[in-house]
Amino acid sequence: MNLSLKWLNDYIKPGVSAKQFCYDMTMTGSKVEGYEEEGSEISNVVVGKILDVKPHTNSDHLVICQVDVGKDAPVQIVTGAPNIREENIGDLVPAALDNSTLPGGKKIKKGKLRGELSEGMLCSIGELGLTLHDFPYAIEDGIFILKQEEGCPELRPGMDIKEAIGLDDVSVEFEITPNRPDCLSVLGLAREAHATFDKPLTIKEPSFKGNGEDINSYIKVFDENPKLCMRYTAGVVKNVKVGMSPRWMRERLRASGVRPINNFVDITNYVMLEYGQPMHAFDIKYISGNEIHIRNARDGETITTLDGTERKLSENMLVIADKDKPAAVAGVMGGEYSGIMDDTTTVVFESACFDGASVRKTAKALGMRTDASARFEKGLDPQNTLTALKRAFELVELLGCGEVVGTVADCDHSDKTQKSVEFDPEWINNFLGTDIPEADMVKYLEKLDLKIKDGRVYAPSVRIDIGCKADVAEEVARIYGYNNIPHTKLRGVAEAVLTPRQLFVRSINRAMVALGAYEISTFSFVSPKSMDRICIPADSKLRNAVTISNPLGEDTSVMRTSILPSMCEILSKNYRNKNLEVCLFENGSEYIPTEPDKLPDEPMRLAIGMYGGNRDFYDLKGMIEQLFDILRIKGVEFAACGEDCPFDEKDSFHPGRRAVVYSADGKPLGIFGELSKAVQDNYGIGVRTYAAKLLIPEMMKAADPDVRYTPLPKYPAAERDLAIVCDDTIPVAMLEKAIRSAAGNILESVKLFDVYKGEQIEKGKKSVAYSIIMRSHEGTLTDEQTDSAMKKILKKLSEMGAQIRS
Amino acid sequence: MKEQLEEIRRKAIALLDECADIGLLDDLRVKYLGKKGELTAILKQMGKLTAEERPAMGQLANKVRADIEEKIAEKSAQINEALEEARIAAETIDVTLPGKKQPVGRLHPLTKVLDEVKDVFLGMGFDIVDGPEVEYDYYNFTALNLPPDHPARDMQDTFYINDNILLRTQTSSVQVHVMENKKPPIRIISPGRVYRSDAMDATHSPLFHQIEGLVVDKGVTMADLSGTLDMLMKRLYGEKCEIRLRPHHFPFTEPSAEVDILCFNCGGKGCSMCKGEGWVELLGAGMVHPWVLENCGIDPEVYSGFAFGLGLERIVMGRYGINDLRMFYDNDVRFLGQF
Repeated sequence: MNLSLKWLNDYIKPGVSAKQFCYDMTMTGSKVEGYEEEGSEISNVVVGKILDVKPHTNSDHLVICQVDVGKDAPVQIVTGAPNIREENIGDLVPAALDNSTLPGGKKIKKGKLRGELSEGMLCSIGELGLTLHDFPYAIEDGIFILKQEEGCPELRPGMDIKEAIGLDDVSVEFEITPNRPDCLSVLGLAREAHATFDKPLTIKEPSFKGNGEDINSYIKVFDENPKLCMRYTAGVVKNVKVGMSPRWMRERLRASGVRPINNFVDITNYVMLEYGQPMHAFDIKYISGNEIHIRNARDGETITTLDGTERKLSENMLVIADKDKPAAVAGVMGGEYSGIMDDTTTVVFESACFDGASVRKTAKALGMRTDASARFEKGLDPQNTLTALKRAFELVELLGCGEVVGTVADCDHSDKTQKSVEFDPEWINNFLGTDIPEADMVKYLEKLDLKIKDGRVYAPSVRIDIGCKADVAEEVARIYGYNNIPHTKLRGVAEAVLTPRQLFVRSINRAMVALGAYEISTFSFVSPKSMDRICIPADSKLRNAVTISNPLGEDTSVMRTSILPSMCEILSKNYRNKNLEVCLFENGSEYIPTEPDKLPDEPMRLAIGMYGGNRDFYDLKGMIEQLFDILRIKGVEFAACGEDCPFDEKDSFHPGRRAVVYSADGKPLGIFGELSKAVQDNYGIGVRTYAAKLLIPEMMKAADPDVRYTPLPKYPAAERDLAIVCDDTIPVAMLEKAIRSAAGNILESVKLFDVYKGEQIEKGKKSVAYSIIMRSHEGTLTDEQTDSAMKKILKKLSEMGAQIRS
Repeated sequence: MKEQLEEIRRKAIALLDECADIGLLDDLRVKYLGKKGELTAILKQMGKLTAEERPAMGQLANKVRADIEEKIAEKSAQINEALEEARIAAETIDVTLPGKKQPVGRLHPLTKVLDEVKDVFLGMGFDIVDGPEVEYDYYNFTALNLPPDHPARDMQDTFYINDNILLRTQTSSVQVHVMENKKPPIRIISPGRVYRSDAMDATHSPLFHQIEGLVVDKGVTMADLSGTLDMLMKRLYGEKCEIRLRPHHFPFTEPSAEVDILCFNCGGKGCSMCKGEGWVELLGAGMVHPWVLENCGIDPEVYSGFAFGLGLERIVMGRYGINDLRMFYDNDVRFLGQF
């Protein structure tokens, strides 16, 4: 909502600077986004009277003018405009003098044009930042020849051009919240200004004379749906003279951001801006049967709206129809032929109140939100419709552009009961935490036109937002000043702790940071194509995603079912940005559909991704092992990932370098490995890249948070090295398992320190070397005990085809 | 014999004086004081002396031994000191050469500041609760006084899954879940992701983070709301930080406020960062609307409450001087490494 301060001044004079006005209005609840002083870019431009026009000796198209700019002597200005000729002598024009400025930062200085001195420039309408809509009698390609308009200051040479053409208003842009449609009007803001600045407010009830005729001899109104049309008022103007509006009206429309069209359209817009009530004016000759029916559209009916589009209507839409056909979509837009034409002689003015939700639904369904529909859908005051209509007719008579028929049609089904809310000063103070005297509260409320009677607050009918005690408290608070409310501390004792899940996630974060990874944060929505990019099988359940029905674009159109593509995307971005070495992690959700019309599951996942710095599979595996160690997840097992892999992401990985990690009780905790060549190519990453997806809820279940102290050993350990040769296909995890089970409880640790394949070893075999430490808590181990354990180990290993390396 | 002893002392001391090697020093010790050393040899002749001579000679012999021992100790200390000096000189390094670094990770700046916010609220007795991001329309809108076709729904451009399910536009949806499941006193915050249909640019993102706060109890006031927010901001930004409340409208609070913080950059004078206003908008807040309490089965005649919603990105941007929202989601390690 743009407010003209000149317009506001008709009703209240706040008596402060524009800047202060904006600040104070903001602090009482009408948020100002900014303000613009019209013509602020124009300086040293005055009204000039052309005294003489002579041709330029060195140019065919230039002329030399002597211009009276209100000084002792005229100034000489050279112009090339086609509309300045000898016959223009005596005309008044805008003259930009030496050292003047114009909109767009343009600066004018005196200079010579083809040898002749020019002490300034004559201006066109465009050079003053205006259009033909503001001054219809101006021309586009030529100097703006000023006309003395009725009711405007008298033009004289030397007068500041801003005063001469009314470019001295201030336009204030308000952000009006949806609960205050009444403030989308000059009067609404005048009421707020009254409460804010405590200056007198003068609003007089509009009235018109009329010609004594009866409306019924022109038109009859039938409201067939009083639920959706609470009030419909209409009146008629005959013998209309369509033309230009007076300048004051054009100026105010312009300052409000509305383009002047002609006097009738301008009057409807003017009343809408002033009273907040949308109006519609249409030519009576297109109203067949001279009947207006407010009814639901009939199935299959169509209407061609003002914008020339044919629109299909449905039964739940309200229309304004004549005897045969719809003439307008109620509260949204008029029909094609309903506008005011040059040959229009009799005009019907409509001022109505429609149900907000219905207008909103209709406008949405037809895909046309208009200024009118935006106002209707917030809910308007039915008591305002007749007043607004009267104001329109008052203006018609003021402008002398038609003869107003004496009476108006008024189908009024609105609820007239005055709503009220309990006035409880003690409750308000308790609610706000303040100590405002009751008398002050009454003063604030009365300034806002809220009346207090018998312990109840009666709001004016425009204030549709006042419905409960808290609403009254807000009115008191905002005039009292939100910032005068003290700062107090919450009373009572409360203790709060992180939940086990929150603690677990915090532990993961800390562990991952300690292990050298950077945390990332990625979008939860991805492209459906990301499933192809990470090579998910066509029939995978991961391809069934929660889909956004109105996405911004395909790239963000489905909720991710796997966190891997998000990680790959960021690895790829970093690779493209030439970051040579990265190690990343993310705690994020996946969104797994459940049943139709039910919410999806949102399980937490930990993604890890890394490349560069000579990293390999075992760097990632080591990181996962250390993470599990810190999180106290014990006894996990790693297994190469085969066709029976529990993760559909298995094809994202190198088939020979991928693993699944299982908890001690055999539950899958995650999948990791080297990304397949195809995935690396799809993301444009030119180096070997490693990634993991781990399941946080499952990890939490597998973690044993209990820490028990183990006494330090009292007796020395026995250490033996063991080198064996076995088939290359045997995973070392199996060898280690065999060693552990054979050695029994004196085994303290098994550490693999070498794997060798090559010259001294038979093809298809490998040599594996372990350092085995044994210890007893009962006494020092004897050689016999140690040897016997080693024998058992060798026996077990030989059952697997492993031999001691000679 | 006396002369012999004096001679031994003179020679030994002279040799020791010249000695500069720890091995030689030991040789000299053996030569004079050892079992087969010269002093021991002389002492073996003590039996030949008269009873009168013995004590005096014994005394002298002990004195000579003590003198030589003292000299050896002195010399040994000297030599060791010289050796130590030489070793240190040889081992001296250039301490200005770069240190060897262990890889250390970093938390995302959003997590870092969110953890701080959580800790402030935990300290004030606020539990932390989570809620679903894909949410029923009812929790995001209807229960918060935004029935279908309410014009205020336009304030937030919403991503819909279907007619009933959407991506939550605000963490306020969690308010309803909490009030449905827990009786007052309630003191919670709920941080999380929210979604709005805004194209990505320096100040907009279709996904961002909010921190919802909710307090419901007997006698909770708007002054408590001001006080709580003031305390939070002072903890986050320091004691000098100043806030102001400005009337606004949210359908689920009444009175409602937008809360501004005095511009960090210009201290209120007005600059490009605060668009000349001197204040930067930080969050929305208000007293829980009585109808929302009723929707959740809490009697507004008995209880009152306040709620607020903070934009995490905005706080982090102000905190670190980040001017482009996209940096958070680009996740370039050169950015992540700065926090």
